[in-house]
Amino acid sequence: MNETVKKHSKLGRDKWGYIFLIPFFVVFLVFSFYPLIQTIYFSFFDHYFSQTDFDYVNEYVGLKNYKELFSAGTARLFFNTMILWVMGFVPQILVSLLLASWFANNRLRIRAAGFFKAVIYLPNLIMAIAFGMMFFTMFSRSGPVHQIFEYFGMSKDYDLFFHIAPTRSLIAFINFIMWFGNTTILLMAGIMGINESLFEAAEVDGASQFQVFRKITLPILKPILVYVLITSLIGGIQMYDVPEVVTKGSGMPMNKDIFSTNVPAAETVIMRLAQYISKSKNYGAAGALSVMLLFITGILSFVVYKFMAKDEE
Amino acid sequence: MKKAAKVLSLVLVLAMVVGCFAACGSKDAEGGKQGKVLNIYCWNEEFKQRLEALYPGYTKDEKDANKGKIGDVTVVWNITANEGMAYQNKLDEALKNQKDAKADDKVDLFLIEADYALKYVEPNVSMSLKDLGINVSKDLANQYKYTQDIVTDSKGNLKGASWQGCPAGLIYRTDIAEEVLGTSDVDKVQEAVKDWASFEATAAKMQEKGYAMVAGFDDSYRVFSNNVTSAWVDADKNVVVDKRIWDWVDQTKKFTDNNYNLKDSLWGEGPWKEGFFLTGKTFCYFGPAWFIDFCMNCTEPGSVGEAGKWHITVGPEGFFWGGTWVCAATGTDNSELVKDIILKMTADTDTLVKLAEKFSDFVNDKPAMEKLAADSKIGNKYLGGQNLYGVLAEGANKISIKYASAYDQGCNENFQACMKEYFLGNATFEEALEAFKQKIKTAYPDVKVDKIAR
Repeated sequence: MNETVKKHSKLGRDKWGYIFLIPFFVVFLVFSFYPLIQTIYFSFFDHYFSQTDFDYVNEYVGLKNYKELFSAGTARLFFNTMILWVMGFVPQILVSLLLASWFANNRLRIRAAGFFKAVIYLPNLIMAIAFGMMFFTMFSRSGPVHQIFEYFGMSKDYDLFFHIAPTRSLIAFINFIMWFGNTTILLMAGIMGINESLFEAAEVDGASQFQVFRKITLPILKPILVYVLITSLIGGIQMYDVPEVVTKGSGMPMNKDIFSTNVPAAETVIMRLAQYISKSKNYGAAGALSVMLLFITGILSFVVYKFMAKDEE
Repeated sequence: MKKAAKVLSLVLVLAMVVGCFAACGSKDAEGGKQGKVLNIYCWNEEFKQRLEALYPGYTKDEKDANKGKIGDVTVVWNITANEGMAYQNKLDEALKNQKDAKADDKVDLFLIEADYALKYVEPNVSMSLKDLGINVSKDLANQYKYTQDIVTDSKGNLKGASWQGCPAGLIYRTDIAEEVLGTSDVDKVQEAVKDWASFEATAAKMQEKGYAMVAGFDDSYRVFSNNVTSAWVDADKNVVVDKRIWDWVDQTKKFTDNNYNLKDSLWGEGPWKEGFFLTGKTFCYFGPAWFIDFCMNCTEPGSVGEAGKWHITVGPEGFFWGGTWVCAATGTDNSELVKDIILKMTADTDTLVKLAEKFSDFVNDKPAMEKLAADSKIGNKYLGGQNLYGVLAEGANKISIKYASAYDQGCNENFQACMKEYFLGNATFEEALEAFKQKIKTAYPDVKVDKIAR
């Protein structure tokens, strides 16, 4: 008797679970799923606002938008985006790992750890655009940082934003500053979840700090690392605001290397997407690029995930 | 719970009653000939301030800054900032839905800028002033010709009017002129910059003495682009680069290689802005009256303007920069009021003279400006007491804008951005041109770029 009552109430609770899920699904369907389908649909159309006819052109063109992506230097845009991401992510993960292991280590007894955690997280609360503007001003020819560089012998006429390496480095640096605090907190949560007795056991066995980190912390931290990598990768592919502000929307300087030369060095995929939409509201070409982005994001995530999951087994 | 239900029902009832009144109101509007709401679309407070100050019978709404009244018509200001095409997007949406919009929601007046004027002038979204009942050759006879060229469609219909002219000149530093050219007299300096060959020769002299003729790459761009002999996009939708634009490329490349400029861009925070101060190294800028008043940091201590060391002269060619045009939207239900606003604000000499006095606008009235130009009591303190109206009025008569297209804004912006890479040596000329083609294809899917070549 008691058993059936229990079963009953459990079912009742299940029902509430579904009901609580409804708001999410409604929002998802209206604001994510429908636009997604519409984006894919538009990618097969010439769909843009004609400057001369004052109306939308809407014409089925099959795969034309996709074919044009290949001649428009899109591969190069992805290359730019990935370079910018890697340049920011590598220092970010290294610094975050270091900081996280320090913060989580009780033996170090870091004073005012809470304060420092808050401070390194703070940049993430500032808008990327504000951050980009601030750095642009600081590193521009009349900015304070430029003056410090001048003191160390840089020419007054040298403009960092006229050159590829400084421009890319600065964008990567801004992203690094903005995100390393967030990553540190995530990794710290992971490290603090590790059973303290493991560390103690290792110590009793005479393991060095580095050995403990390499043999205990890192392997157990792997799921969190995979999560950080995937989320940062997806975020990185969607990089837009910082390079947009730093290069004033142009993505310049132009690149001179073995790749096609007609794509600026700091133009990212999403910056191109914004250009498609800003003047002519070209939802056709923008749609095709978005679909391509969706595929590549999906594939990359899958590859990284499989790669890490295989190790785990 | 019960209380909440009561409140809700009260709200619903109120909504119904209010809705009823609203319906009554619009019924009135349909009954009469003219609408009750005048919707004005613009991107800042400029026109609003002028209408509030000078349109007879305009009363501000004390509670709502975006509303006002003219007689029994409510004026509604729909202000959307210009940044990132936000204003144009908003306006496009409204004009596209104009036909189906309720009478009180229809766009009646909208404001445009020269850079994209044709986008709204050519299609049937703006009304010909003739259809509004304005006699163009008589009522608007005092206006500067170029201000009408910009808003004339390909069939010759005038579709907008402006209260201001923005003729520009060459603004130079008197102290540098004296040091390098031996004189700061306007006529003699004009002689040294009267055409582009003289301009270049003067630039060489400036460089010898450690000064730069201009601060950036694109300072002179507008002077060239205002005097083109063909539009950016031809009738077959091919993008064509005009000979005068190539002239700008040649000149700027030469200026960059010879250090005649300081390798900055327009609105740059570096040398371009430093040139506004006495410590700067820049001899001249190209700009209209508003540029001096609002952009050259003239009120700041240490600035050239504060010391009164700027002067203005006509320069190598006439050109203009800026300006706002008022257009009547097709389908407006307030055509009589719209007509009167356009006439009062852009063609009534008394109003325009007051505008010039109150807002120091260079107003769109030839006789009025000529009178001001001859007035020896008028002097701009940033220009050391020079009366700039004379120079500008002379420049205004020289401007001729015949060739424009709806694509100008994107073409100009992208061309400058790509050519900068060529000037800097980051790209060859061909590479910069390829980049430009790509940018244009991205911005405007309906134009062809294959014919772009030197």
